Amino acid sequence: MRPAGALRARWGRTGRSTRWAAAGAAVVLAGGAAAWGATAGDAAHVETSSQRIAVVDGPKDDQRVTLDTTFYKPAGASKGPAILLAHGFGGSKRDVADEARGLARAGYAVLAWSARGFGRSSGEIALNSPDYEVKDTRQLIDWLARRPEVRLDGPGDPRVGMAGESYGGAIALMTAAYDKRVDAIAPQITWNSLPDALFPDAAAGAEPADGVFKKLWAGLFFTGNAGRTACGRFLPSLCDMYQDVAAKGRPTEAAISTLRRSSPASVADRIKVPALLVQGQTDSLFPLGQADANARAIAANGAPVSVVWFQGGHDGGDPETERVQGLVRDFFDARLMRSAKPSPDGFTVTRAGGLDSSTQEVVVDEATTRRYPGLSGDPSALPLRGNEQTIFNPAGGSPTSISALPGLGALGSFGSLGGSLGGQLPADMPGQTAAFDTRPLDHPLWLTGAASVRLRVTGDGPLFAKLYDVPPGGSAAPARRLAAPFRVSGGARGSEVTVTLPAMDYRFDRGHRLRLVIATTDMGFATPAEPSSYKVRVVSPLTVPSVPSLETAPAPLPVWVWGLPVAGVALALAILLPGRRKRGAETDSDVPLEISGLTKAYKNGHLAVSDLSFRVEKGQVLGLLGPNGAGKTTTLRMLMGLIHPDSGSIRIFGHRVYPGAPVLARLGSFVEGPGFLPHLSGRDNLDLYWRATGRPLDEAHLEEALQIADLGSALDRTVRTYSQGMRQRLAIAQAMLGLPDLLVLDEPTNGLDPPQIREMREVLVRYAAAGRTVIVSSHLLAEVEQTCTHAVVMANGRRVAAGPVAEITGSGRRLEDAFLEIIGEGS
Amino acid sequence: MTTYHVRRTLPLRVEAVRQFRRRRTLVAFAILLVLPWVLVAAFKLGGDPGRPDGLPSLVDTATSSALNFALFALFVSTGFLLVVAVALFCGDTVASEANWSSLRYLLAAPVPRARLLRQKLIVALSYAVVAVVSLPLMSLVAGTAGFGWGAVELPTGGTVPVSTALGRMAIIVGYSLVAQLVVAALAFLLSVTTDSPLGAVGGAVGLVIVSNILDAVTALGSWRDFLPTHWMYSWMDALQPQIQWAGMAKGTAVSVAYAVVLFALAFRRFRTRDIVS
Repeated sequence: MRPAGALRARWGRTGRSTRWAAAGAAVVLAGGAAAWGATAGDAAHVETSSQRIAVVDGPKDDQRVTLDTTFYKPAGASKGPAILLAHGFGGSKRDVADEARGLARAGYAVLAWSARGFGRSSGEIALNSPDYEVKDTRQLIDWLARRPEVRLDGPGDPRVGMAGESYGGAIALMTAAYDKRVDAIAPQITWNSLPDALFPDAAAGAEPADGVFKKLWAGLFFTGNAGRTACGRFLPSLCDMYQDVAAKGRPTEAAISTLRRSSPASVADRIKVPALLVQGQTDSLFPLGQADANARAIAANGAPVSVVWFQGGHDGGDPETERVQGLVRDFFDARLMRSAKPSPDGFTVTRAGGLDSSTQEVVVDEATTRRYPGLSGDPSALPLRGNEQTIFNPAGGSPTSISALPGLGALGSFGSLGGSLGGQLPADMPGQTAAFDTRPLDHPLWLTGAASVRLRVTGDGPLFAKLYDVPPGGSAAPARRLAAPFRVSGGARGSEVTVTLPAMDYRFDRGHRLRLVIATTDMGFATPAEPSSYKVRVVSPLTVPSVPSLETAPAPLPVWVWGLPVAGVALALAILLPGRRKRGAETDSDVPLEISGLTKAYKNGHLAVSDLSFRVEKGQVLGLLGPNGAGKTTTLRMLMGLIHPDSGSIRIFGHRVYPGAPVLARLGSFVEGPGFLPHLSGRDNLDLYWRATGRPLDEAHLEEALQIADLGSALDRTVRTYSQGMRQRLAIAQAMLGLPDLLVLDEPTNGLDPPQIREMREVLVRYAAAGRTVIVSSHLLAEVEQTCTHAVVMANGRRVAAGPVAEITGSGRRLEDAFLEIIGEGS
Repeated sequence: MTTYHVRRTLPLRVEAVRQFRRRRTLVAFAILLVLPWVLVAAFKLGGDPGRPDGLPSLVDTATSSALNFALFALFVSTGFLLVVAVALFCGDTVASEANWSSLRYLLAAPVPRARLLRQKLIVALSYAVVAVVSLPLMSLVAGTAGFGWGAVELPTGGTVPVSTALGRMAIIVGYSLVAQLVVAALAFLLSVTTDSPLGAVGGAVGLVIVSNILDAVTALGSWRDFLPTHWMYSWMDALQPQIQWAGMAKGTAVSVAYAVVLFALAFRRFRTRDIVS
């Protein structure tokens, strides 16, 4: 039969309820698969148009620049709020295409543009100057106001939000300060003050003029792009400024004032729109303190501010693109769509919680609290130990310690797991660092914010403060790859200085120590070439801020974690429930065995038993005769409930036989050879078999059965050592356990020697004489003739004769002759 | 009339005795109980694994304490040894009875088919549980003798005190059991389908191998999440400074879902099957 045909035939045989259950299960599975596929390949079409928009800017509004832009129309809506999506430094409008499409699908009209000096836009980079880039974006808002797809708040005033990373985040802040039409901003990993970012000084009350030049990042910033000048497409004046600063290694007054004009800090009092500030924890260019300054400024103006610290940043790390874009979209949904969704929480920190063992990726959890607490919330003081230490600045400023490097951040998030990974990289040069440790922590400490400490230092020059995590017995590793530079000018007498360490979110485990490290060099910063020495001493405990109210909501599990087991149980019930038969009440009868209309065809089509009917009375010894393949064994198997008959019924003492029918307890059987556990002794086999029937031991009549088995001392040997005859006798003994009312033996004398055959014969006769019934199937006709009172003769699955043996043989004939004659007729 | 009661047929104790004295059972337990001592001897001969430069793994920390050693023993056994042990107990149980022809006499005793399966399943699963639990327990004993008792050094760095570590160990062993449930269920289904015990055990082990191979095909992406063995090592998530539950939750969902369906199929199949062995 072809497989399809076989399946169809099987389907036809299956019950109605089973079919429904199977069909239902199939529909559920197919639906689940379809839903899975649909969510995986979700891509609504977004209509876009590219155009060059001409703008006029410059201090005198006389410079004509064309900006390369792409407009993403809102999908599924005729009008939507607008979002200006800016790109990062060195990029172009194409970098934000994916995010723009995502926002357009959410119903926003998105305008992405290449800023002047980038991509295919004309003009030169002016560092988000109010005279240049800010004027450009204001004209882009004018352009948006004329688009029919953009929802307006008033004539010429579109509802518009701005978002972008780094360079693009700063223009969002700057534009919000200069253009009242901006309704919400979501700047990411950007600056508050460029002078502070490029010339940082972590000493309290320090000015950028004293700051330490962040030479590596500044160099990348200003010279990272090809172009006609040494600085690529920068305005020549900016290029000159950079080269002046870089050559000196110290900031100039002019540079500071130019950079300040390009900083939101200069217009802090004018940014009054709801803001979502996303800053990276792996960022030595624009560290968390920059976002903190922006947050404080905007909050002071009375506008709502949400702050997010995520794993990424300019140094690398997990970009968490999906999460950040999701937070930005939620923010705009609340502020621009003004749909019912609550705005994101006041403060969100993503924390590397551990490794996902199936992907080997770091699991990042989200901790939130209702209010942004700043960088010095809930401080605790940890005493530092360590004497005054002398450290040296090497001549030529080399070799240098290494804290952060662009791109090294990926290692940083591993470090936050336990602190012992990648411990080699931040090389601290011998003789250049002073270290001060806290005592081992009694309980885990979660530092969120910027720790601070007061030091007494002699000497003049820049120093670098870092925070390390020291596990017990392990090697110290930086908590974050960040250094806080500060300049000291205590001279030989020394002076006290309060240093604010890099802001971070980091968990110090129980038993670990915090280590404050003061270094004289750092690869990322300009340090003097002259050799010098410093004496460093701590004069205060380490003040460690934390935000206990941050609560980590476990990452939601995918729906299938609950759905799959539920579907599994449903499917299991669908498999199990149909086809359970109910059985009606039955009455006892005295007839040991009544077979009527019994029919069984095997799966290969062989009709083994066909319409067989006979009846056995009490006290009879019935011989079931027939040539090989006559259906004797099949009949006996049905009698034992091992095989399901196709039709007809078997009744033992009036009770219908089915698999496991209780009436089978009154049947003792030995069919098609013995079945024992080979590793157990004969006695244990019988004992355990009887225990398996669950009936009381005193009903077993074990001794009588063992007498019949006649195994002697072999009874306690394992069955695997038995001869065939011994197994045969043991099996018959097992069939007789409990002295069943109906005993069925299939070829019982196989493998027995003549004396044993004779004895067996007597046993059977005696057994029936006690009012019980015995059925013997055999092809040894002489034996049947001598033992049985009655016989049923089968051939080809049919009954061909039945009755007392004497009747079948007729007068004077031997059973063999009668049998052959009957078989001949029947076939 | 006899004093037959369905509920008294094939008591668990009887089935447990029937299975326990088998050479196969004893050999399986012997291997699981001797393996830790062999590993201890191997570490003693080979010396301290030392500290590598990269990510430390369970093998690097194996000799730092008894608990670390037990974790290492579990790590090297999860992929194959425990799978074979579980498949052996669950795959052999019905098929071997069919092979010995003793199945038909149990059924004619009569032990109703569903009850026979239930009792055999409970006993087989119990043996599997004892097998899976015995390995880390013996490893603790062997590890204490070899490397002393102490805090657990985590492969991701840091240490966990003994009191916490024992709780983590319980979680790990518990999850290992749940993760093996799918193997047990498949072996059991095969056991009621075939008369060959080796076929049932081998089939279940074969599935694990195929699933592992598919799991290595990263092009399958998130479909691999639904492979029965994808989450088999998720218990290692309990070895991080903070326990990560997501992997174990997913692994439990997958394993339980498969197992429930496979067990149902086994019961359904056995209910309607003609016993011709």
